[in-house]
Amino acid sequence: MSTTTVERAEAVQLRVMENAQWNKPVYETSGLNLWYGTSHALKNIDLTIHEKEVTAIIGPSGCGKSTYLKTLNRMVELAGNVTISGNVTFQGGNILDTSMPVELLRSKVGMVFQKPNPFPKSIYENVVFGPKIHGIKNRTILDQIVEDSLKKAALWDEVKDRLHENAYGLSGGQQQRLCIARCLAVDPEVILMDEPTSALDPVSTNKVEELIQEIKEDVTIVIVTHNMQQAARISDRTAFFLNGEVIEYDRTNTIFNDPEDPLTYDYINGRFG
Amino acid sequence: MSPLNQEPSTRELIEARRKKKTVGDRVERMIPSILFVITSLSVLTTIGIVITLFSETFEFFKRVPILEFLTTTTLKPLSENPQFGVLPLIAGTFWSSLIAMLVAIPIGLMTAIYLSEYASQRVRKRFKPMLEILAGVPTIVYGFFAFTFVTPLLKQLIPGLESTNILSPGIVMGVMIIPMVASLSEDAMSSVPQAMREGALGLGATKLEVTRKVVIPAALSGIIASFVLGLSRAIGETMIVTIASGSTKNFTFDVTQSMQTMTAYIVEVTGGDAPAGSTVYYSLYAVAMTLFLFTLLMNVFARYVSRKFREVY
Repeated sequence: MSTTTVERAEAVQLRVMENAQWNKPVYETSGLNLWYGTSHALKNIDLTIHEKEVTAIIGPSGCGKSTYLKTLNRMVELAGNVTISGNVTFQGGNILDTSMPVELLRSKVGMVFQKPNPFPKSIYENVVFGPKIHGIKNRTILDQIVEDSLKKAALWDEVKDRLHENAYGLSGGQQQRLCIARCLAVDPEVILMDEPTSALDPVSTNKVEELIQEIKEDVTIVIVTHNMQQAARISDRTAFFLNGEVIEYDRTNTIFNDPEDPLTYDYINGRFG
Repeated sequence: MSPLNQEPSTRELIEARRKKKTVGDRVERMIPSILFVITSLSVLTTIGIVITLFSETFEFFKRVPILEFLTTTTLKPLSENPQFGVLPLIAGTFWSSLIAMLVAIPIGLMTAIYLSEYASQRVRKRFKPMLEILAGVPTIVYGFFAFTFVTPLLKQLIPGLESTNILSPGIVMGVMIIPMVASLSEDAMSSVPQAMREGALGLGATKLEVTRKVVIPAALSGIIASFVLGLSRAIGETMIVTIASGSTKNFTFDVTQSMQTMTAYIVEVTGGDAPAGSTVYYSLYAVAMTLFLFTLLMNVFARYVSRKFREVY
């Protein structure tokens, strides 16, 4: 495949124009490096996440995609012995700044995990957990939050008659949607999803994917996924990570149909990973 | 033919072994019965103890009316005109156990919270074995410690303190129970899945909120079990109170005074002259029965509480 200089210049120009149409940035990452002990897990990451889009992060196991995701709400520090340098700007402030209150950050940036992890409490108590710890006590408001969040998470009709039953009585897929509702209950601006459907059956996966499409009207979503078809189906942008580096970041369409880097092409086409 | 080309083949060897009736086969068939008999042994022992307690207690109540035993506040078993009110002993056991639990529950629970939620892996690895060693100190040592160290120390704070009193052994019993409460509660809290903590942290909960609202509720049945085991230990504890709380059969609310617990009474009477068949002798069984009922009731209550508040995950 040979490209003439003119064609290349046109391609670059096209990309610049496309970039101009990208939504407002939510997260701006520059020069992010992260070490677990001595192992260098993230290397000079530069990445901008845009508002009300779905950004997918793909890459083989151990490429640093989950680590990057967890840096965005500073959950990565829970692993202990983590060193971070660089800048991650969220709403104008550097979240790596130690003066940044992580509780406030995490109330704005929800997280959905690989395995559904509802609390062993009632469905109702699961949803109001976030609002309650952030000081909302009024019963009427909490009831409203429960109804709204469960409706947004497309779970209301299935559970409205058993809100006070244990969340562990729900199916895996319902539990995962409950976890999404739990995030939505604190009115976040971003939701980080770490392989949210990898423990679910295809029907439940489909429901969660539909849900993601609906809630992106209101929130920005960053999703780590092993499933490339999923990234292709639901995301607006895709970042390809390999060995702790961002190899390519572009519109999902471009990444899947016309990637710039041969490594991206090989990964997308199942040559490795 | 055997794919491994050896004579006899593996299959032939296996079949030869399995077709033969060996001693092993007979043992295999008898194992369930043998294990059943061994298991029954402990159950039968318990039943035996309960039956003995019941029959001897029954004998005691033929001599002393049950109402007098349960409601009067004077216990003078060896006087010429003996009186058998159990309330002074219940008071002694009640106060010593209450004081012990007031010491053991907060300190034990906070230790468990620190070890499970805050301490680094390294600190936890060093602390837990040390706690368990503390749990292995013989109670006679604790009793001695209460009598010769804690009581004189407390006397400086509370001038009216008697040299044998219920406060000092209560505190020391609490110290003895701390490792039990801490260790069992820590086990319960550590087994709460990390994913649950992450779920709460991800919503912006602080570490303390995660501990209070997620970890403790999820571990509650184990935590309550640790309290109940601790309390049973306090009620049944004998040596510390025998040494440090004296033998005054005192029905009072003043913990600075000497009191006798049910267990210490049993020690005193069995150690002294209690001829078999005398009323004093039978009173031992009545007191033991009371003690037994207390622990039984508490276990039932604890089961109810932990089942009611249990969060199944």
